[in-house]
Amino acid sequence: MAFAGRLLTRSRLGSYVCRTRGLTANRIHRRHVVSCIDPSLGLTEEQKEFQKVAFDFAANEMAPHMAVWDEKEIFPVDTMRKAAQLGFGGIYVQPEMGGSGLSRLDTSIIFEALSTGCVSTTAYISIHNMCAWMIDTFGSEEQRHRYCPQLCSMEKFASYCLTEPGSGSDAASLLTTAKRDGDHYVLNGSKAFISGAGDTDVYVVMCRTGGKGAKGISCLVVEKGTPGLGFGKKERKVGWNSQPTRAVIFEDCVVPVANRLGEEGQGFTIAMKGLNGGRINIASCSLGAAHASVLLARDHLKVRKQFGEALSNSQFLQFKLAEMATRLVASRLMVRQAALALQEDRLDAVTLCSMAKLFATDECFAICNQSLQMHGGYGYLKDYAVQQFVRDIRVHQILEGTNEVMRMIVSRNLLQE
Amino acid sequence: MNPFCEIAVEEAVRLKEKKLMKEVIAVSCGPQQCQETIRTALAMGADRGIHVEVSGKDYENLGPLQVSKIMAALAKKEEASLVIVGKQAIDGDCNQTGQMTAALLDWPQGTFASQVSVEGDGLKVEREIDGGLESIRIKMPAVVTADLRLNEPRYATLPNIMKAKKKKIASVKPADLGVELTSRLEILAVEDPPQRQSGVKVESVQDLVTKLRDSGTL
Repeated sequence: MAFAGRLLTRSRLGSYVCRTRGLTANRIHRRHVVSCIDPSLGLTEEQKEFQKVAFDFAANEMAPHMAVWDEKEIFPVDTMRKAAQLGFGGIYVQPEMGGSGLSRLDTSIIFEALSTGCVSTTAYISIHNMCAWMIDTFGSEEQRHRYCPQLCSMEKFASYCLTEPGSGSDAASLLTTAKRDGDHYVLNGSKAFISGAGDTDVYVVMCRTGGKGAKGISCLVVEKGTPGLGFGKKERKVGWNSQPTRAVIFEDCVVPVANRLGEEGQGFTIAMKGLNGGRINIASCSLGAAHASVLLARDHLKVRKQFGEALSNSQFLQFKLAEMATRLVASRLMVRQAALALQEDRLDAVTLCSMAKLFATDECFAICNQSLQMHGGYGYLKDYAVQQFVRDIRVHQILEGTNEVMRMIVSRNLLQE
Repeated sequence: MNPFCEIAVEEAVRLKEKKLMKEVIAVSCGPQQCQETIRTALAMGADRGIHVEVSGKDYENLGPLQVSKIMAALAKKEEASLVIVGKQAIDGDCNQTGQMTAALLDWPQGTFASQVSVEGDGLKVEREIDGGLESIRIKMPAVVTADLRLNEPRYATLPNIMKAKKKKIASVKPADLGVELTSRLEILAVEDPPQRQSGVKVESVQDLVTKLRDSGTL
């Protein structure tokens, strides 16, 4: 493509991202979105503009490739960099650092739309965004300048490293140590299930600088190529195949103190604050998949005939479709409300984010699964997209805090004195 | 936005970025919702917008002749060197507005453009015609209509969408431009094409000739 060479630089004059050849013609025949689940309802003019760009990008640049990215386990670096050129690399990072400076609600709307094109890639983009935000928010001026512009343009990619083989839900019990030695830390330990690991450049690592528990944890930024930083084998997964997942291994890995975000002992707070937004983002990705799946089911019901008539004449299936739509809209409302609460710094924000993640990821998985069922045997074939939505969003009920941990957070809030 | 018009906006913005044009003005005629379409054009890089307010019955009767009168009036008022529009709208498929606008202004026209370049004080336009491609040279000011292969429109970027909020959209009424909107066309009827009747199979050429003679066709 003629502009490939310019993707890596942020030129000020007249750099723009064109649609991939030949797809404008398809837009001439694009159908209208079904009304009651229209995701643009209730949005401001500006939000509708953001959403439109994201939907267009998803339909033109991602959807045509989502199956092959899944099958061949391709990490679509060029497509993600194209997305970054539109401002999707650091959506809620400050503009002076190269970000788009948008709100959490804007972000949710964008990820929901992008997810209709490819859940796995959008989910990675959201993790990348989370890391860029953490550095932008908790980093020093020098650190922000050092990392944020290149992350926002996706010249460099980021990974979030919290989980370890021995500490998943019990994240605060992590064992990776960072021993202070003058102007640097020496890291030893390993992280598990890290999205992007091995292919990304900047690792935001939660490690133990102090005593036991959350208060002994600090956050360090480790760059690829640092001696002592290694990776495990690429995991073979049920979904999320357009992003590599590997263990990250630290063996006497030397990291400058200048790479620490915030103070010693602040690491766990930084990690959790990152996750609040991350949970909204992941839930938003589930929303996009469910939306796409409802449309696929709807189209299939109208076309498939059995017992002499279209499936859409069956009251059972009509009611099922109505339930799917209702649960989708309910999930969307929760996620958007949580995004609002977070950006307004409301007291219930953390709990609401947990509730929204719990509710939306569970409901949307059920919706996608039901859509697959409605496709009958065809739903089980990889030629049809619905199975990929099901496989890709299954993990949303597990990562960024299992839905069990979400219940812990909510019950803790309810039972506190 | 009409896909061909999107291509037109993209071409206009590219000409400005190449510093061949000074300012891009996006124009839309219709009810309040047109402002959304203009905003999309602003987010792609147009400098300002003009919304020509037409609503209700007037909007239902708005056809290519009325729109081209409005465009001609605006082109004169804004002292435009180039009017670039989509070749046709995908609802009406009229393919008339660009041509009529050029006629009303007495400007040269380069229609079905698949390539536009500025040469001196004129334009070289490559047109898609039935037989292939035709290159013409026309003086400016001119009207160009965009065809599918002229370019691939850009995505609006998030920062540009936000900047577009600050760009101005002026509201104007057709009467202010001295344009009268009454349509000289009256739609008498709209019908589906007749259902295709099934044919008759014949066994031999002789049968065919006999049948054609009997029906009076031969």
